[in-house]
Amino acid sequence: MTRKQRRLTLIGLALGVLGIAASLVLYALSGSITLFNSPTDVVERAIQPGQRIRLGGLVETGSVQRGEHMQVRFSVTDGRNSVPVAYTGVLPDLFREGQGVVVEGLVAPDRQFRADSVLARHDENYMPKEVADSLRQQGLWRPGDPVPGRNAARETGTR
Amino acid sequence: MSPEIGHYALVLALALALIQSVVPIWGAKQADAVLMGTAGPVALGQFAFVALAFAVLTQAYLVSDFSVENVFLNSHSAKPLIYRISGVWGNHEGSMLLWVLILALFSALVAAFGRNLPLSLKANVLAVQSWITVAFLLFILKTSNPFTRLSPAPFEGRDLNPLLQDPGLAIHPPLLYVGYVGFSMSFAFAVAALIDGKIDAAWARWVRPWALTAWMFLTAGISMGSFWAYYELGWGGWWFWDPVENASLMPWLAGTALLHSAIVMEKREALKVWTVLLAILTFSLSLLGTFLVRSGVLTSVHAFAVDPERGVFILAILVVFIGGSLALYAWRAPMLKQGGIFAPVSREGALVLNNLFLTAACAAVFVGTLYPLALEALTGAKISVGPPFFNWTFGPLMVPLLVVMVFGPFLAWKRGDLYGVAQRLTWALGLGVAAMLAAYATTSGGPVLAPVVIGLACYIIAGSLIEVAERIQLFRAPAATVWSRAKGLPRSAWGTAFAHAGVGVMLIGIVGETAYRQELIVQVRPGQTVSIAGYDLTFEGLFPEEGPNYRDVVARLQVGEGGVPAGVLNPAKRVFTARNMPTTEAALKTRGVSQLYVSPGDPAEDGSIALRLFYKPMVLLIWIGTLFMVFGGMLSLSDRRLRVGAPKPAARRAVAIEAAE
Repeated sequence: MTRKQRRLTLIGLALGVLGIAASLVLYALSGSITLFNSPTDVVERAIQPGQRIRLGGLVETGSVQRGEHMQVRFSVTDGRNSVPVAYTGVLPDLFREGQGVVVEGLVAPDRQFRADSVLARHDENYMPKEVADSLRQQGLWRPGDPVPGRNAARETGTR
Repeated sequence: MSPEIGHYALVLALALALIQSVVPIWGAKQADAVLMGTAGPVALGQFAFVALAFAVLTQAYLVSDFSVENVFLNSHSAKPLIYRISGVWGNHEGSMLLWVLILALFSALVAAFGRNLPLSLKANVLAVQSWITVAFLLFILKTSNPFTRLSPAPFEGRDLNPLLQDPGLAIHPPLLYVGYVGFSMSFAFAVAALIDGKIDAAWARWVRPWALTAWMFLTAGISMGSFWAYYELGWGGWWFWDPVENASLMPWLAGTALLHSAIVMEKREALKVWTVLLAILTFSLSLLGTFLVRSGVLTSVHAFAVDPERGVFILAILVVFIGGSLALYAWRAPMLKQGGIFAPVSREGALVLNNLFLTAACAAVFVGTLYPLALEALTGAKISVGPPFFNWTFGPLMVPLLVVMVFGPFLAWKRGDLYGVAQRLTWALGLGVAAMLAAYATTSGGPVLAPVVIGLACYIIAGSLIEVAERIQLFRAPAATVWSRAKGLPRSAWGTAFAHAGVGVMLIGIVGETAYRQELIVQVRPGQTVSIAGYDLTFEGLFPEEGPNYRDVVARLQVGEGGVPAGVLNPAKRVFTARNMPTTEAALKTRGVSQLYVSPGDPAEDGSIALRLFYKPMVLLIWIGTLFMVFGGMLSLSDRRLRVGAPKPAARRAVAIEAAE
């Protein structure tokens, strides 16, 4: 095989693998990305029922109700609007009223949010970055507040 | 020791690093042996000062000196000794100091053991290393000084994050950092070679042990982190495709590619330009990982404080080093002479394929990790790219790699005989198919693909064993011959076999856990019994307990296995008193390599508790497999032909390589 042929083979191979990788990436991106929304987005922009989103905000104080068989209802608020959330399962350790939380799931036709996972970070000062941003937009974040997430580690509750 | 001594030592180290980053390289340009010779002693001095600073900080932690802000924020006088030590790197400032300490240590190693290096290469390498040290020392002194004092000194500290109070996380960061920073060596060698404008097989022989060392530590570090997440976080998973995990996986993938392409370069003088690029990319990805984790740009659940100043500083480091080295590469790489012609079907051809797939997989992870950031920066849209993305891209790219991996070691250099190799692999293929059928017959449920992957894994393990068996003529020659051949076989061949078999072992663990795990979430009252995977667990009730710096609420469970008592499980909800922070302590029962995993939810007022029960078949094989890989790396590293700093004279080397073929 000449040098030129070898180089062509190499380039062909590389392009082939790159092509496979690119098409896999595009295919996966089209199917598995999740948009992040604040409660205001959900209320005002009328998110389509059945679309998978991440909803982030604070767990509204006084809204947590625990039912039978690990059913939990609570509201996620960004200070302007709040969205009722239903979840069945074990909640993360740092799930508390007034704390930042990100829930993932769908908006049901009755405008209630059905979460299949609840994420909270493992730190007492923690606030998810998206939540902090959205609160800042609403003017509800004060610079003197505890700094979000130091040494934070993952914690999820998944049904 | 006074913290001010530590601060001052860092400033002195910076001064030495500045000298080292200019003088030796100037000397190399002027061919002045005296100027080049300064690099070694200065590197050693620099290491001594950074080590002194690190010792001072450790001392402050040991004596609980809360007049140091860093100690106050991350320690507590009631904390056990090991976590007082690990608290040093359990925070941003201390971990950056550890980063620089390891960097300086690597420079010192080159200085101390690099006697066989050409003087100009050694000078250039140490100078380039020093550029990195300067950047990170400036970063520490400017934005993350661990020696800042508090006045008046508080009486008690705020304690280390309880999740980090675990032996796994005490050793995980040092392992990971040695891996990350270790690749700075290959980077420095690559940049030095580009500056020199010449590169040869000896370069690869020098770089490969360093890359292998870094790779081993990175493998061990990633594996340790995954194991920690599994048993400590209480959610029962071992990999989440979290951006911080990806930050360590990307350099691992690139580093694995580098290890393999360096072999081609060493043996065949081919792939020079590509190897140099990989060396640059691997360390760039390490730096990127540091940036992602430290800057707070990520929404990752691990990310450290959101601090724009730090973020911008590290971003600047990133731009200078990645941009600078790639520019240098674009400018100088064409001057490096290419060599070595080879056929597509050959050992080097297989290694090229390995590199293609590894880098493509790395690119896919890169896209998945950074696409959300780029999109948010450009359009403001916030998205999350979750595990499905990575499973869909990473998985398919790994399969051909795993198939090629077995063929590679059988193929000859220059031109291989694909048909011949397939014949020699008949046994492995047969075993793979048999394993696939057996898995299909004995398991129910789980995805259809799972038995196929189990077959693939068994084929990989069998292939690695057969390769060694053939070389030592097992079952063909008399036992004495086999024994002497086994002893004579280069350790690197054993290393390859072990590392490749480890991949197969890990794969079985991954498939077993993901495809066949059983999961149950129940709310139980005292006296109630639940069953999973043949185990009966009877909940006896909740019992409060006291630890040194925490309080437990223990859920006691009697375990029965087919009606026979098989012990007690004690999962607990733990509250760390200093921070009033709750954690979940999962309880594990090991049977062979499978585990029963019980994680408690919040106790309800009526004395009942929610429990998450998992049965995880083969799960321990995931980490046992990575241990095999690390062990394979160690074997390879102990190979005399690879020993750092001892390149043999050309004639003897040629004999040794021939003997190994």
